[in-house]
Amino acid sequence: MLRSLDQLDDLTTAVTAPDALLQLLPPDGNRVAHPDLDPWVADIDGAALAALYDDLSVIRRLDTEATALQRQGELGLWPPLLGQEAAQVGSARALRRDDFVFTSYRENGVAYCRGVAIADLMPVWRGTALSGWNPYDVGMATPAVIIGAQTLHATGYALGCAIDGVDSVSVAYFGDGATSQGDVAEAMVYAASFHVPVIFFCQNNHWAISEPVGLQTKRPIADRAPAYGIPSLRVDGNDVLAVMAAMRIALDRARTGGGPTFIEAVTYRMGPHTTSDDPGRYVDPVERAEWAAKDPIDRLERHLDSLGLLTDALRESVAKSTDAAAAELRRACLALPEPAPLTVFDNVYAEPHSGLERQRREYSAYLSMFEGGAS
Amino acid sequence: MTELTLAKAINLGLRRALESDDRVLLIGEDIGKLGGVFRVTDGLQADFGVRRVIDAPLAESAIIGTAVGLAFRGFRPVCEIQFDGFIYPGFDQIVAQVAKLHYRTSGNVRVPITIRVPFGGGIGAVEHHSESPEAYFTHTSGLRVVSCSNPQDAYAMVRQAIASDDPVLFFEPKRRYWATGEVDENAVAPPLGSAHIVREGSDVTLVAYGPLVTTARDAALAALDDGTSIEVIDLRSLSPVDFDTVEASVRKTGRLVVAHEAQHFGGVGAEVAASITERCFFHLEAPPVRVTGFDTPYPAAKLERHFLPDLDRILDAVDRVMGRTNSLSSLEVTA
Repeated sequence: MLRSLDQLDDLTTAVTAPDALLQLLPPDGNRVAHPDLDPWVADIDGAALAALYDDLSVIRRLDTEATALQRQGELGLWPPLLGQEAAQVGSARALRRDDFVFTSYRENGVAYCRGVAIADLMPVWRGTALSGWNPYDVGMATPAVIIGAQTLHATGYALGCAIDGVDSVSVAYFGDGATSQGDVAEAMVYAASFHVPVIFFCQNNHWAISEPVGLQTKRPIADRAPAYGIPSLRVDGNDVLAVMAAMRIALDRARTGGGPTFIEAVTYRMGPHTTSDDPGRYVDPVERAEWAAKDPIDRLERHLDSLGLLTDALRESVAKSTDAAAAELRRACLALPEPAPLTVFDNVYAEPHSGLERQRREYSAYLSMFEGGAS
Repeated sequence: MTELTLAKAINLGLRRALESDDRVLLIGEDIGKLGGVFRVTDGLQADFGVRRVIDAPLAESAIIGTAVGLAFRGFRPVCEIQFDGFIYPGFDQIVAQVAKLHYRTSGNVRVPITIRVPFGGGIGAVEHHSESPEAYFTHTSGLRVVSCSNPQDAYAMVRQAIASDDPVLFFEPKRRYWATGEVDENAVAPPLGSAHIVREGSDVTLVAYGPLVTTARDAALAALDDGTSIEVIDLRSLSPVDFDTVEASVRKTGRLVVAHEAQHFGGVGAEVAASITERCFFHLEAPPVRVTGFDTPYPAAKLERHFLPDLDRILDAVDRVMGRTNSLSSLEVTA
């Protein structure tokens, strides 16, 4: 039994002890060697680092702009990913086009890396549609809102890959809160028993709305997977290189018949759960400040600077791409059309359903009593 | 034409589906070597292999959720839920994912999943093995819900369910698994969403589905003894309901009785009674009557004969709509 909130906080700290993390790029930006990880990012040269820097910066800017749009009343809700950029970019940029990811709602950085159009991030949060893109166009399912449900979908997709005899991999993205869900446990059982090419990528951002990770687990989250027969890696989630290396290790295992891998990317949710949340009621400002000092973009900047790569040209090009992304997000958001009334009935079924067709006819007749009718 | 049990008819339907479409696969608990606890999948793993007839670890949410992922990859999974009362751990995946994915994705992702559920009582089972949970699913938009009552329909409807691009809850009347009947693989099957007039009649329309269709037919035969002509309709599809067929019958008979094993309140019978009343109130000679299980949990085996509607309770309901003395007559209060 937990006797006090202090104990919870202690536990939160205990399960995220930094010395237990795989790391290549510490907060000071000075690259450290790691014999197991280094080979997996040996190809990341200056240009690749600059591209990652651009990704991280664009995603942060999109996130900031979307938050602003919500504050201005243009979006109903937005789930900021502030602080989690490296976890999302490092993992998603390791994927191939034919891989398939199943995420929660906070993975807008993953969506960007998968090639989801910036405009397509908006409909869900503006309330004009329940999803913004065709999953098959980008290899990414539309986000799951029910916590943890998508881990089973990823496992099933991976089972399909195994049956089809292809080396595509599916990835389940979820958070520390989701690890308490039965679906996540069941997904690990199935993934292990069927030995399928799935990666469980857990962003431990320390919070499930107001509940600290210590309430979800008494042990590091990564410790659970081995009990299911799934090897796990615990990586500094704010270190884009270490995340990428870990993901590439897991992908290689999956593609070569090694089965599932669990990655815990330890990061921190620097913003609210969503724009409706008030973290001032529960987040310790000292803890938050500690994590601010571990910012994923700052450390990559320092690293680039130490290599002499943080040039004016790079700064200008990143400023240009972030400005363009923000402008596109705002334009696309404001340009979204109101859905036509009778589309409420569309796509409930793939084939005609007599009961629903009757309701559509009757509501159409009702609307026709008003000016403008059902248009 | 072959004489088959209802269970064997489903087995044949599954076999033909596996043969004709290599994207069809089966997943469920004990469906492999054992052939399922009711032997509905008997022999299929031996013939189609462990990659097409998959024994699932014991987690119903994962059976359904894994099928969703398989559907994303273009498979047509057929899930077996071992018993009706075991479906609830999978409920979230069914109602929040399976039912909504096509709508959520504006039609981009199809979810052609069939979920087979042996349902209903009458076999003297322990708790959780005799339930009729269909109303939870008829209340859920995005699902089709059907129930077969005889071997021919069992064969044809399971094939139609698997071929459907929509998710289908396929309720199998477990106490009729051993009932036999002719199965013609080449017969033209009526649409999956259609009801079937089992027996024509002129005085009362009696609607049933699944295990009670046989009971309803027996009741209609018994009612002939006192000159009552009952039209028996096998609803077959519970979502959508073929109200046109029921309405046409009630316009003819003027009386409606609906029978199901599931609990009374908010059941399929309530929906049929309400919709038919809306559609043809002025053709009704009496209020519609429902004959159902009670609003109790499914009782112990020695009590189930009281819970389950039987021939006599159905005939008592027929007496009510016919305005004859019936079980409630003694309860009527005179002013």
